[in-house]
Amino acid sequence: MKRSMETLFETSRPGRIGYALPELDVPAVDCGEELKGFCRAEAPRLPELAEVDVVRHFTGLSKMNYSVDEGFYPLGSCTMKYNPKVNEVAARMPGFSRIHPLQPAETVQGALQLMYDLSAMLAEITGMDAVTLQPAAGAHGEQTGLMMIKAYHESRGDSKRTKVIVPDSAHGTNPASATVTGFDTLEVASDAEGMVDLDALKALMDDSVAALMLTNPNTLGVFERNILALTETIHKAGGLVYYDGANANAIMGRARPGDMGFDVLHLNLHKTFSTPHGGGGPGSGAVGVKDVLVPFLPVPVIGFEDGVYRLEHKDMHPQSVGRVRSFFGNFGVLVRAYTYIRTLGAEGLKEVSETAVLNANYLAKKLESLYPLAHKGYCMHEFVLNGGVLKHETGVSSLDVAKALIDAGYHPPTVYFPLIVPEALMVEPTETESQETLDRFAAAMEEIVAKAKTEGAEPFHDMPLTTPVSRPDETTAARNPILRWQFGDGE
Amino acid sequence: MNRYIPATAEDRRRMLDFIGAGSVDDLFSGIPEQVRQKRPSDLPKTLSEPEMLRDLRTLSGKNLNADNAVCFLGAGVYDHFIPSVVDSMISRGEFTTSYTPYQPEVAQGTLQAIFQYQTMVCELTGMEISNASMYDGASAAAEAAVLAASATKKRTILCGRNVHPQTRETVRTYCWSRKLEYAELPAENGRIDRAALQKALDGGDVAALLVQSPNFFGNLESLQELADAVHEAKGLFLVATDLLALGTLEAPGKLGADIVVGDGQTAGNPMNFGGPAFGFIAVNKPLMRKMPGRICGQTTDSKGRRTFVLTLQAREQHIRREKATSNICSNQNLCIVAASVYLSLMGPQGLREIGDQILAKSAYAVQQLEKTGRFRRAFPGVPSFRDTALLCDETPADLNKRLLGAGIIGGFDLGNDHPELKNGWLLAVTESRTKEEIDRLVAVAGGDVL
Repeated sequence: MKRSMETLFETSRPGRIGYALPELDVPAVDCGEELKGFCRAEAPRLPELAEVDVVRHFTGLSKMNYSVDEGFYPLGSCTMKYNPKVNEVAARMPGFSRIHPLQPAETVQGALQLMYDLSAMLAEITGMDAVTLQPAAGAHGEQTGLMMIKAYHESRGDSKRTKVIVPDSAHGTNPASATVTGFDTLEVASDAEGMVDLDALKALMDDSVAALMLTNPNTLGVFERNILALTETIHKAGGLVYYDGANANAIMGRARPGDMGFDVLHLNLHKTFSTPHGGGGPGSGAVGVKDVLVPFLPVPVIGFEDGVYRLEHKDMHPQSVGRVRSFFGNFGVLVRAYTYIRTLGAEGLKEVSETAVLNANYLAKKLESLYPLAHKGYCMHEFVLNGGVLKHETGVSSLDVAKALIDAGYHPPTVYFPLIVPEALMVEPTETESQETLDRFAAAMEEIVAKAKTEGAEPFHDMPLTTPVSRPDETTAARNPILRWQFGDGE
Repeated sequence: MNRYIPATAEDRRRMLDFIGAGSVDDLFSGIPEQVRQKRPSDLPKTLSEPEMLRDLRTLSGKNLNADNAVCFLGAGVYDHFIPSVVDSMISRGEFTTSYTPYQPEVAQGTLQAIFQYQTMVCELTGMEISNASMYDGASAAAEAAVLAASATKKRTILCGRNVHPQTRETVRTYCWSRKLEYAELPAENGRIDRAALQKALDGGDVAALLVQSPNFFGNLESLQELADAVHEAKGLFLVATDLLALGTLEAPGKLGADIVVGDGQTAGNPMNFGGPAFGFIAVNKPLMRKMPGRICGQTTDSKGRRTFVLTLQAREQHIRREKATSNICSNQNLCIVAASVYLSLMGPQGLREIGDQILAKSAYAVQQLEKTGRFRRAFPGVPSFRDTALLCDETPADLNKRLLGAGIIGGFDLGNDHPELKNGWLLAVTESRTKEEIDRLVAVAGGDVL
């Protein structure tokens, strides 16, 4: 890895330029005359660099990142699978990347068709009746889904339903999404296997419950044994059930949320459908619904009639929750997901989930002599190691293990999540890893645990040693925040 | 077998043996019988790579794109030039195939890129603090409205009718879901109606006023006056704008803005049929701990070296769960890397030159159209940037149809959103348009109606 990089602002030299514009071919106008006082008085202190400086800078930065293209990235719940290159070529075709969202519908029939077809394919894969592609990310999808649930209850004049139930094992976005859509969160306990405690759930039921949000397989990588009883319990009480699709990579071709009683779900297209994560976006949080929620889908809805695709607005969908962002979603991400699904087909997607589950079980078995597993029997596409015992015996925490893994050449698993497992290490190998990769990773884990047992915590504290920086001082970062470059002018 | 999965039949057998499972089916035995999928998913036939590319070319070929037509359509998304370096840099797998920098030691590249981006947003907006990005300008404005309500403990969001219609719709949706009041202010000659504003502010309970400048019509608002009015009423002043325009226009932070939001598509991101690009949000220190989303900060590592980390995480969903300031997790990171590359290439001088070209070419296009006698400015005397609202002799639908026949994507038809502007047509002229293209536009638009 690259050791360190000057900032752009340090590299900058007055007068350097990295662009070339055509010479102005119409009469020039004076900004001050044209815009009067609206004209900017002081130039922004943006860097001044030649093109080669910019290329070296960002190439250098890239070399300080670990990525899926470089190696194994078993970050639990994030589905860091290989991202096919053809998807990138697809999204960059000028007929997709150089089109304006407000062009007349007759000039963008191919784009509308792609979205229409992608929606239909996602509906089929998940067993839902309709899909909107508008939400920009998973959490945005959760928010959109909960808005629809809210609109559904409101449309029935049912204003008492103010609560959303979330298991204690849930992703942090679930309770946060409930709050941002104006709901109160009720937590329901999980049992030792991370399954929702059915009796505890029943005890929470009353006419104030709007919905239950559930991840299935849950965050321990286990399929909810009582799934039908859970969804039925909510429905009986007049609530709806939300499926968090973060773990959908486990079930394609094997089970469909729509058949489990879920009314609404989101999919993270950047996880399950391999559009790249981009260092934290852009993603896409497509949302699928059952018929009961179709009237509430955000607008615009893409319709198809007499061989023509069209955009349908609020006049045609008066009960719609409205818009949750501009235009149609992260279209470029949708092109990639479409390409992925068409490339794999039904059989390929099933193989994806089967191999993801096979890889997870194989790796779990390899690691079970080192760590207690949080699940019993078989897991689905991911599993959680309990790092509490190792911590207790050797003083080596899961964070220490994560940093040691970095030195061994791997991206660490998700650590300290889910909250219900002490010192959790959440491992999701995905289907795109070979047996040899899994074997090597297991061997690295074995070495780390052996080192912990023989040498204790001491040698771990300096790790990682192979990276551009070692462990950051996060306390100071939060206490005395420096959130932008300091130009050294007393600002 | 498919090319994205290395496991061979032999590998699978070995792995199953090691696990002690008879078959892959056994691994799925935890799924209750009643919910197992009994039939294969009904999806179109699998395509090989050459077939896939053919399918994609067919689909994309059905779209008229800005390489094959001349784009005078703006209204929030613009055909600006993007240097080749931008896509070359963001195509690097190290940026594309990494995730949120949860492990800072192996993500210094992304973190430093975010830190630098935050700095550039602060410089352009004149604000003290930027986050790492929002989904888009519309949702950034909606989050700003929610933030303002939380900071002021008031419940009404006032929004100009001349803010982008899709931003207004998004803010309205978020307000409904957070139980906030949403109200719109009329425009007077294409800018916020001051008398109506004063009346609304006198009504009390105003958490924030949201305006846009350049607004939906391209007109520039007198930000400082509006800021003074809303501050007098103890509300916050929210300004929506766009990054590229700020190379030329005065920074809202110097004109009384409390929160500046906007869309970053104009800075190095393709039109992409409306996404992905990114939204930005910037505040001053008093609102720092109420910011939504990721924020990158500078610190040191255990050896004293400069290090970048995600910070102030006590605001965020993975720590605070239901008490978080927002639910945002994945944002639009790769798009802000694109913007950082773009802004580094352009520098202050390039942005200013682009702004000057936009002003000159817009002025030329409008003058030439006016000369045909068939167009006049909707808001005479009001300064505007990039978009100009014109009133036509014919309906914009008819006009755009003629233009399309000549390979020109015409301006935005204002009829649906602004029926008060009869035959209103919003023309966008970017630095990418040439004199020859403008002359062609004028010839067709001003020519005989067939």
